[in-house]
Amino acid sequence: MLNAAIMAAEEGTSPLAPNWWEFLVTLAGFAVLMFIVIKYVMPAFEKTFEARTAAIEGGIAKAEAAQAEANAALEEYKQQLVDARTEANRIREEARAEGAQILADLKEKAAAESARISEQAHVQIEAERQAAVVSLRAEVGTLATDLASRIVGESLADDARSSRVIDRFLADLETSSQSAGAAK
Amino acid sequence: MIALALPAATTEEGFVAPTIEDTHYRDILPWGDAYGVWFDPGFGKQMLMVILSVVLIAAFFLVASRRHQLVPGKVQFLGESAYGFVRNSIGKDIIGGRDFMRYVPWLFTAFFFVLVNNIFGAIPFLQLPSFSHPGSAYAIAAIFYLLWVGIGVQKHGLRYFKLAVVPSGVPWYILPIVVPIEIISNFIVRPVTHSLRLFATMLAGHLIVTLAGSAIEYMVMTGNILLQGTSVLVLLGAIAMYMLEVLIMILQAYVFTLLAAIYIEGALHADAH
Repeated sequence: MLNAAIMAAEEGTSPLAPNWWEFLVTLAGFAVLMFIVIKYVMPAFEKTFEARTAAIEGGIAKAEAAQAEANAALEEYKQQLVDARTEANRIREEARAEGAQILADLKEKAAAESARISEQAHVQIEAERQAAVVSLRAEVGTLATDLASRIVGESLADDARSSRVIDRFLADLETSSQSAGAAK
Repeated sequence: MIALALPAATTEEGFVAPTIEDTHYRDILPWGDAYGVWFDPGFGKQMLMVILSVVLIAAFFLVASRRHQLVPGKVQFLGESAYGFVRNSIGKDIIGGRDFMRYVPWLFTAFFFVLVNNIFGAIPFLQLPSFSHPGSAYAIAAIFYLLWVGIGVQKHGLRYFKLAVVPSGVPWYILPIVVPIEIISNFIVRPVTHSLRLFATMLAGHLIVTLAGSAIEYMVMTGNILLQGTSVLVLLGAIAMYMLEVLIMILQAYVFTLLAAIYIEGALHADAH
């Protein structure tokens, strides 16, 4: 041990004894490197990082804007769809109401028309009946007078008398036919 | 150190183990010898490698950060990942707050400076971790020692030293014991371990590989067939140790930067601890 210690002492260098030139070179090297790092390397890297962050954030903002736009468009389309449905329903309702109205109108018109036609028919029938009655009365009177005068000769030529007789006869005929209708 | 010197005392037995001296390659430019000046500013391999590391790191990150493309290419992506790792995983997570960005350049520079210089130890022909030389380890630890003490003083004034050594919530009668411990722990042990941890792991790893290499050489040269056969086992072991060393090189760069960040955070928020 002692021998070794002496030998180490004789060698003159402890492993812990620095070479001061190496010390200085290391200091200088560190200083130079740090200067380069501060002056060139770090600003360049930081600039790139910032640009990248900005680009990513810009991209995100853009994507968000696009998303918002798409959502707005979707909302708009949905609204339009709802509007269109409402419109369609409204139109359908209107058409239905209109159809019903038209139908009712037509029915009313048809009823009025039929009423009018039947009324007209009644009037015409009545008029024709009256005409028929009048003409019948005249004709029957004439026929009966002719017949009677032929049967009894010219005794019945006096107009006034004959028409009185015929009227009485027809009135009797009417009352008997009416009482017969009532009895029926 | 004595243990490391021991094998050298057994020279008669044949195998001469490499010593610390072997990690100091002879100077490329032995100025001191040439000009006979009192100091010897010998320009060694280690210094050349430190400078090389600065050139490599600067070149890589300048190229990687040159084009600010939103969709990065391979080199830019690699550079951004590396930068983002130190910035976020170490700076933001440890220091946090609003002003962690002020300290990111320190951490970023330290991480890659240490990492590349460590990795040099795993590259054939370079094959020397720069921080296995104590001068470099002291230098980079001193930078951070001054930095976090400076941050503490700037942030809290001279009250920082009281905040750093007098823990809150400790009964007054324990303080005489606690305060000296805190002084030693915070202002002496901390920077020393910060540097020695890096230095010792790098030196140890380097020595193991060197030892294995020289042992294989010795075994092969003996002409003894058994020893020559055994050298294959040593080679396999050396390869395994080499892989472990690569892991430790990366890990120590991370640990060094992480501790630096923790110390800075401690100085920033000395009043909260």
